[in-house]
Amino acid sequence: MKVRKLLMIIAVAASLVFLAGQVMAEPITINWWHAMKGARGKVVDNMIKVFNDSQSDYVVVGTYKGNYDETVNAGVAAYRARKQPHLLQSFEVGTQTMMLSGAIYPVYKLMKDEGYNINWKGYLQPVLSYYMNANGDLMSMPFNSSTPVMYYNVDLFKKAGIPMLDKTTPVTWDELGKITAKLVKSGVPGGMVTGWQSWTQVENYSAIHNIAFASKANGYEGLDCELLINNPTVVKHVAMLKKWMKDGRFFYGGQKFAGPKAEFLAQNAGVYGIAAFMKHLGRQDMQIYWHKNTGYFPITLAAYEQLKKDGYYKEQPYQEVGIKQLTRKEPTKVSRGLRLGYFIQIRNIINEELELVWNDTKTPQEAMDNAVKRSNQQLREFEKIYK
Amino acid sequence: MIKRSVFSSRTLPYLLILPQILVTLTFFYWPAVQGLIQSVMRSDPFGQHSTFIWFSNFTALFTDPLYLKSIGITIFFSASVATVSISIGLFIATMANRALKAKAVVRTMLIWPYAVAPAISGILWLFLLHPSYGVVALAIKRWFGVDWNPVLRGSDAMFMIVMASAWKQISYNFVFFIAGLQAIPKSLIEAAAIDGASPFRRFRTITLPLLSPTLFFVTVMNIIYSFFETFGVVHMMTQGGPGGATNILVYKVYQDGFIGLNMGGSAAQSIVLMSLIIGVTVLQFKYVEKKVQYTG
Repeated sequence: MKVRKLLMIIAVAASLVFLAGQVMAEPITINWWHAMKGARGKVVDNMIKVFNDSQSDYVVVGTYKGNYDETVNAGVAAYRARKQPHLLQSFEVGTQTMMLSGAIYPVYKLMKDEGYNINWKGYLQPVLSYYMNANGDLMSMPFNSSTPVMYYNVDLFKKAGIPMLDKTTPVTWDELGKITAKLVKSGVPGGMVTGWQSWTQVENYSAIHNIAFASKANGYEGLDCELLINNPTVVKHVAMLKKWMKDGRFFYGGQKFAGPKAEFLAQNAGVYGIAAFMKHLGRQDMQIYWHKNTGYFPITLAAYEQLKKDGYYKEQPYQEVGIKQLTRKEPTKVSRGLRLGYFIQIRNIINEELELVWNDTKTPQEAMDNAVKRSNQQLREFEKIYK
Repeated sequence: MIKRSVFSSRTLPYLLILPQILVTLTFFYWPAVQGLIQSVMRSDPFGQHSTFIWFSNFTALFTDPLYLKSIGITIFFSASVATVSISIGLFIATMANRALKAKAVVRTMLIWPYAVAPAISGILWLFLLHPSYGVVALAIKRWFGVDWNPVLRGSDAMFMIVMASAWKQISYNFVFFIAGLQAIPKSLIEAAAIDGASPFRRFRTITLPLLSPTLFFVTVMNIIYSFFETFGVVHMMTQGGPGGATNILVYKVYQDGFIGLNMGGSAAQSIVLMSLIIGVTVLQFKYVEKKVQYTG
């Protein structure tokens, strides 16, 4: 599936940073602002520590800045105050804003300029394609990439007499409807639930069905794109969920949309160090460590192959589900990702309009039409900024 | 007469107010001017592409049905919070004023919730009213079959944030009302009682009119509170949802500016709010300050 959530962008301030006062012998500090807390934060700290211990020219300092929104915001505010970090973790909905900002140093360019010859073909292509520009150059570094996976309660399945699902064939929505109907019949109060509904039920749904989310190849080919999610397929899907809601097969538990992702801002100071650190993050052992401890994708094929060879997925078959899902088809122009301005607002709009379907205020068609109309206004506003 | 302190040095007074001036300049005027500039610009978040567009942000705002809806929501929310917290505050104050035993303890307990920050108040109420884990929500669902769902239904969500916002403001109102009640001469009320006026009549014809300056002041403060300080409650409980049903003006500024990174539009909204609060403050100075003398 096309939509991964996390990435990082490398960005460099347009302003010059004066290194005059710096004594050469002292390591150059590279600030990385990220949104990884708790267990993931510890994994990040460990990865940083391995890098810092491996050489003495640069010291990477990782700082947790809150959730993705807050981290991006901190980056924006810091940039305006000319105190931006070298690396900033952002999330996929901010990709367009970041790319057009003039505040970033594209990853492909950074690595080339600093003499790192990265074989981008060795990365999981569906992950990279979300963060490439129209020419196929990688703008930001994927970091914590993920895809939505559905979990089911084995005990309740057993109780309802539903056979366990086949581990190789994906379940269709129609089949899911039958399964949830049996569950409800067996006395379970709700059949299925989803968080991040815009991401899972509209964005990913469109991607896996190879339906354009927006015109101009989902916005990759121009800022004058328009949303297309009021198409019959998506409307039918929303109408189906609404029907399921009526008989208890689906229930809505709130938005909780803070999507994961990462972007990186960088300053000219020590760009080489940043490049080295990026390379470090892409290192096979680091990727394996990252994947094992967080569940995010290993972004290089080599790391994935190694994990397979080590029999990791025999032990932990569920860890592979997401990767198989993401890589089961080559990304197409309309399934590789979304490149929309004011995407955060657009997601909010979709969430809002869906909620109005769930609480009987609007029909699915009305809601999707209105979501398109409102989103297009946002897209036009965004377009004007860069005219 | 007003007391005047006379400074022998001409510069000393200025020096003494300098820290305050600096603080005000840095934390109020500077951001306000920045906001004003931002509100007439169309720019990207990083400030690399900025165009001067006169008042387009404002016209866009007032032709946006969602903004107008948000104004309506805010007025409804504000009026509800003020009504609930003032009527309950006044009721409790009247009761507490008559309490004979443990007066001090009762009052202190009633003032406590005011010390709770709005965000924490939001979380507390969420633990009571959230449809999935709220104790009260689950109880009323099980025992009374009430179909309570603020995650889905706008009216339920609105009720929830009104309760959470009004709750802590009740204490604030209580403090002022009890002070106001104590300033009312006992002799007036006793005289009325001797003349045979019922407790309700005494309240309506003596207490209430004498309390009106307090009431006015408290109303203004409650409106300011519900307009600007309830952000934490909304952020914790509903995030403006469902379907934008609790998206009050202050929350919309945050959503558009901080989450959506639409700097111009959100700055324009801030300017609108700023004008509003200036208006309310002027009103307060003009009327409240004058009438406060009455009670003294």
